[in-house]
Formats: sequence, structure tokens, C-alpha cells
Amino acid sequence: MKVADLIGLLDATLQTPALSTDREVSCGYTCDLLSWVMAHGEEGMAWVTVQTHMNVIAVAVLADMACVILPENIDMDIDSIGKAADEGLCVLKSPLTAFEICGRMTSAGIPASPQ
Amino acid sequence: MSAFIHTVYPVASGDYTRAGEASADIKRKLKQLGVASMVLRRVAVASYEVELNLVIHSMGGELILEVDEKGISLTSQDVGPGIPDISMAMKEGYSTANEEARSLGFGAGMGLPNMKRNADGFEIDSELGKGTRISMRFNLV
Repeated sequence: MKVADLIGLLDATLQTPALSTDREVSCGYTCDLLSWVMAHGEEGMAWVTVQTHMNVIAVAVLADMACVILPENIDMDIDSIGKAADEGLCVLKSPLTAFEICGRMTSAGIPASPQ
Repeated sequence: MSAFIHTVYPVASGDYTRAGEASADIKRKLKQLGVASMVLRRVAVASYEVELNLVIHSMGGELILEVDEKGISLTSQDVGPGIPDISMAMKEGYSTANEEARSLGFGAGMGLPNMKRNADGFEIDSELGKGTRISMRFNLV
């Protein structure tokens, strides 16, 4: 499944509209402790978090993730969105809760770790 | 053996807005050198963890990247306050991070164990009131 497919699956909007959504998603994850995510992040991961500050982008980029997903229509601050766009990291915003997002991703066949 | 990359990155205490910039530059440099993606990822994770440790815990310090034919060295050197009990600090889940760090999602007590897990070689020395030095090595061959 690609990032573009996730947007449809999660009723999401792309917060980084200039970026391609053609990247393949390898797995899904949700956690708001950044140091925990650093230990468990994977290449191609779709990461659901309520955190919106600049360090989220740094963690996602360093782990080479496919995208960050903000649940419950949470807005990411403009500087973080700008940084994500500069780094080529897609940021999605969904009206669903983190629980619902993970449920839909699991039902759609996205695994918890890369296969 | 002489290093063909030797870069020093100053890291300021408490500067969360710039945290990760040194690690991003390190990743960029190593990618340009053609370092394999698996190694690149391990270095990126370890460098971010050690950079964040400097921001969260130190009174300021520097991160030094050295690359030679055989591998990559990452060294973190700070000016204090030092770690009272290294064996406790190395345990997963143990953290002395302050409220500001925790509010940003740091301070899970994963930093040092995660560095050790990702590096091929890991050494830590600390003296109270003097500072902490962490040396990590990543093999290329």
C-alpha cells in the first residue's frame, strides 16, 4: 500500500501537498514517546502520533519513514510542516482517532513490522 | 589510519528546535559517501540519541564524526554535569530527563541502551562535575 492509498483509507488530507505520495508503506506504528520510536522506528513506516513539534520530523526522517499521521485533525505547527516538506516526508492529518487509524491500517493488511 | 572525514558539531544545551540538525548532516554526509543503508540507519539512530542526550542532559558539548577506510566513529564530549551511576543510566526505562524533555516525548530511558544496540563498539566514561564522553564505532568492513 502506498501513502496515496493511506490518504483514502484514513479519510486524511496531505499536509505536505507538494510531495509525492507514491512511496510504499512497509508497516504501521503508534507511539508518542519519541525516544521509544527511535528504538522501534522502521524504514517505510507509517507513524501515528499526537506530537507535532520539529523533533517528530527529525525522528521520522532519520528512521527513513514513509509518513507521519496526525489523528483527530490535530494541526502540526507550520515550521514542522515546512521542515517535513524540505525533507521529503509526507504528513497526513486524519479525523479518526489513533485507535481507529491503526484498526483501519491493520484491516487493510499493513503489518506491525516490515515483512 | 587517517580519517577522511573529521567534522565537529557543537550542540547547545536545551536547544530543542535545532536538535537533530547534526544527525541529519551526518546522515547526509555518509549517504554521499555511499555507506550502506543498514549501516546508515544505525548511525542515524545512534547519532540522534546521543545528540538529544547532549541537548537534554548536558551543559553543552560537541559531537564528532570521523570516517576512515574501516569504519565510522561518533564521539560525544560534554562539559558536565556527568552521570552519577552509569550502570543505572544504561538500563532501559531509567531516565533523569526533566519535564520539558518529557513533554516533548523524550525521557523514556531508551537513549543509551539504543546507542549500544546500534553501534558495533560502545564506550562511556563520565566524571561528576567534569563531563561525559561516549565513543561509538560502526564497522564498514
